[in-house]
Amino acid sequence: MAKINIKSIKKQTRDHLLTFAMVIVVYVVVQLLITAGQMSSLMQGLLVPMCTYSIVAIGLNLCVGYLGELSIGHAGFMCVGAFSGAFCTKLLESVITNKILLFAVALLVGTAMAAFFGFLIGIPVLRLRGDYLAIVTLAFGEIIKNIINVLYIAKDVDGFHFAISNGNEIKLSDEGTWLINGAKGITKIPHLSSFTAGVILILISLFVVYNLVNSRSGRAIMAIRDNRIAAESVGINITKFKLMAFTISAAIAGAGGVLYAHNLSTVTATPANFGYNMSIMILVFVVLGGMGNFRGSILAAVLLTLLPEVLRGLSDYRMLIYSIVLIAMMLFNWAPKCIEWRQKLMAGFKKNTEKGAA
Amino acid sequence: MNFLSYLINGISLGSVYAIIALGYTMVYGIAKMLNFAHGDVIMVGCYVTFLSMSRMGWHPLPAVLLSMIVCTVLGVVIEKIAYKPLRRAIPLAVLITAIGVSYFLQNAALLLFGADTKSFTSVVTLPALKLAGGALTISGTTIVTVVVCIVIMVGLSLFIKKTKAGQAMLAVSEDKDAAQLMGVNVNATISLTFAIGSGLAAIAGVLFCSAYPTLTPYTGSMPGIKAFTAAVFGGIGSIPGALIGGILLGVIEILGRAYISSQLSDAIVFAVLIIVLLVKPTGILGKKMQEKV
Repeated sequence: MAKINIKSIKKQTRDHLLTFAMVIVVYVVVQLLITAGQMSSLMQGLLVPMCTYSIVAIGLNLCVGYLGELSIGHAGFMCVGAFSGAFCTKLLESVITNKILLFAVALLVGTAMAAFFGFLIGIPVLRLRGDYLAIVTLAFGEIIKNIINVLYIAKDVDGFHFAISNGNEIKLSDEGTWLINGAKGITKIPHLSSFTAGVILILISLFVVYNLVNSRSGRAIMAIRDNRIAAESVGINITKFKLMAFTISAAIAGAGGVLYAHNLSTVTATPANFGYNMSIMILVFVVLGGMGNFRGSILAAVLLTLLPEVLRGLSDYRMLIYSIVLIAMMLFNWAPKCIEWRQKLMAGFKKNTEKGAA
Repeated sequence: MNFLSYLINGISLGSVYAIIALGYTMVYGIAKMLNFAHGDVIMVGCYVTFLSMSRMGWHPLPAVLLSMIVCTVLGVVIEKIAYKPLRRAIPLAVLITAIGVSYFLQNAALLLFGADTKSFTSVVTLPALKLAGGALTISGTTIVTVVVCIVIMVGLSLFIKKTKAGQAMLAVSEDKDAAQLMGVNVNATISLTFAIGSGLAAIAGVLFCSAYPTLTPYTGSMPGIKAFTAAVFGGIGSIPGALIGGILLGVIEILGRAYISSQLSDAIVFAVLIIVLLVKPTGILGKKMQEKV
């Protein structure tokens, strides 16, 4: 048996393993707390949303941190994943009795649909330079809610019924069930999400993104981010790699959406669930955790989900604080004067420690 | 007759979009950034007008003037605090900051004014115009909106062509460094652009709320996004383009709402954006920029 020496592993790999280990340790601790009865039901209720936000933040971080493009419609992809996943579950509920298999199928369908929409949106937008992706993804997030709210699909003995904008057109026989009922959304979704499923999904998404960013394609994506023209001149197909990163990012958000939907019994396409606020919240997780740092995204998602629950009094100001966090982080990280000031501070700090050591 | 009245409504809504799009297009042309907060400046302008009219009982004219002043100051302050330090930073950082500012304005308004919908009273007291024996009615708001839009467009074009400050704006949008070498005060010019754009946003907001009289902290974001669509449609950076894009988009929205589906009107507008980006990303009047390495 080969001996594994921690120091011989590349620094990067060690860093990735640390992230995996962190997630697993947290999982084990939480499970122990639950079995010991030390966790309130309020906290237990937060576990799955926390996983959802972490997953979507990982997806968005791929787009923002590695592709260097801003998407403010990741809630839209979540919405696609949530609805197609829940739709699939409702459809197959009577066919597949195994819960795990049912959830896996829903997950695949939801992820695939979100990836498909990401691809569809990426085609016109990612060819362009400039801030178009932000505005188009924002528009997409709004459109998808609009469309789902006027969509009616039902099933009965005669087969499927389908209507747009007028649900009364559908005359259901007594045995029939609504699959999507317009603004009422999808109801009576079986509760298939669990903390375990969420953690497994986080690990899978981490595995996917870490492998992507360390692959040849990942290096191409980062080259495009750092210097588009130089990347193009060494023969990197810009549109292809941008589309690839964006599609994967959307797919991961979709997977988060599936998890989210199966944690609720009813999922509706309201602004509260999948609106602009949700997209911004995910963006705050990414920015606060550090762009391009997946571990940071998870940490920020977990901490910022816990904080408002712990500090109830702040809940009115939560959104205001988020916006200030966004502005302050950007100024702190990117303003030339701040960078100068930080360098001075660091130099002074180093000097002091050297003196202390001497 | 129905079609004609839809068309007129569309042109009226489009004029509002055109005025908002001016703010986007000018800032984009000069600072090369997408000012996400522009739509929310509109909302602030609406609240100022609303409060000074309903609480203090002001006449509409001074109320609109006050909101213009407040918005102009707000625009310049936002530029100074949030955007100016990041002028040499990567575009992504500027964009995220702009979103942060937009979000800040929305939530500050939510805390200050509450989430409840305010019903905005129209600032226009002009009687409606009846044509063709009463078959076609054009409301006073519509007439004022279109006239104001034309006046602003002509005024702004003259300002840019004939005045020194306008020429400076053109120079900065062409090449910032070269303009600085020629003695143009780049910082002041950019501030001026933000000031003009935000002042116009106040007017646009008042006109928009006069036609669609519901006011919430989120009132500004939708027209803001649509106006950006209009600016892209007409060719971003071009002032006549903003006018053409705005009016076309307004007409498309109203006709779509009337003949296709009222619930899907927003979706139709954004479908237009995606089609434009797919077919002609530079817009109707946009110039193709050559990139030097």
